[in-house]
Amino acid sequence: MKEEIKNYLRLDERFPHILCPGCGIGTIANILIRTFNELNLDKNNICLVSGIGCSSRIPGYIDCDTFHTLHGRAIPCAIGVKLARPYLKVIIIGGDGDILAIGLSHFIHAARRNIDLTVIIVNNYNYGMTGGQVSPTTPKGKFTYTTPYGNLEEEFNIYEISKSAGAIFFARSTTYHVTHLKKVLKKALTKKGFSVVEILSQCPTLYGRLNRLGDAVKMLEEFKNRTIDISLIKEPGEIPSDKIIIGILLDREREEYCEKYERLRKAINEKRD
Amino acid sequence: MKKFLKEEPQIYFSNDNKKIIKVIKYFCKGCGICIHFCPKKVLDWDKDFKVFAKNPNDCIACYLCELMCPDFAIFVEKEK
Repeated sequence: MKEEIKNYLRLDERFPHILCPGCGIGTIANILIRTFNELNLDKNNICLVSGIGCSSRIPGYIDCDTFHTLHGRAIPCAIGVKLARPYLKVIIIGGDGDILAIGLSHFIHAARRNIDLTVIIVNNYNYGMTGGQVSPTTPKGKFTYTTPYGNLEEEFNIYEISKSAGAIFFARSTTYHVTHLKKVLKKALTKKGFSVVEILSQCPTLYGRLNRLGDAVKMLEEFKNRTIDISLIKEPGEIPSDKIIIGILLDREREEYCEKYERLRKAINEKRD
Repeated sequence: MKKFLKEEPQIYFSNDNKKIIKVIKYFCKGCGICIHFCPKKVLDWDKDFKVFAKNPNDCIACYLCELMCPDFAIFVEKEK
């Protein structure tokens, strides 16, 4: 194993990890560590916060400050960490069920405050850990164990939610586009403000099996064929309806919460003196 | 220290010893992602349904297997 990878892993306690064969969450952990290494982030200055779920197990394998919190409550705990120690790089990893179902209001309000956090949403279209139930991002008509005749509801568009709530950065990538994912994560981590990265991941054990999508390799091939990069789209009207757009969809500037708070604290202290 | 850390990785050299493919067999779960997405078809299944380098001379060191592996099981090194 390479030294720069070994440095960031809890090799002597936790490995090999418990994720299913072919699961995309391992790939995401792999790319995340390589991004830390390329940005030269000290592992003492990173804090990974997660809730409950398959993807929330990633911080258990990475050797830095980690915080495993209640279901859906990763973002409030991360805000506490960030306000107490503003020099830390706080990263939240969660699944679609963790952040978008039970923790949706926390997600919206953190985006409204524009506090300097990076949220990585691992979207595998269902609740993986509890056995394949329907989630807010399950597409219409797809099968899960709680929708055996097809899902009746429409799915969430995470981009529209983040945009209207006030996030300053949104990017979408998949576990097939690994170098693209690394580039996007690098940009999201260097951005100052509330940035969201949605990563489409494969769940071959539950979602793939129930919808007859084949094994992990076939699901990755589908990501390859169904996605289109936003830089390739010249006119907005020509997007085919069955394609998923990947790439950096939103990139704007707004004032950050920690800076405003620090300025207020200094102003009040000066008034008292 | 656990057993697998003492276990040496399987090492495959190319003929000119410039490209080295290391497989930690204890970590590999046999999902087949690296075997399918290798552009030069260097890798293949062995008898335990784990990965091994069939023809390491063809390796072009694109690092795709290393980046896509979910289990931290395969690493490619290239001498300069």
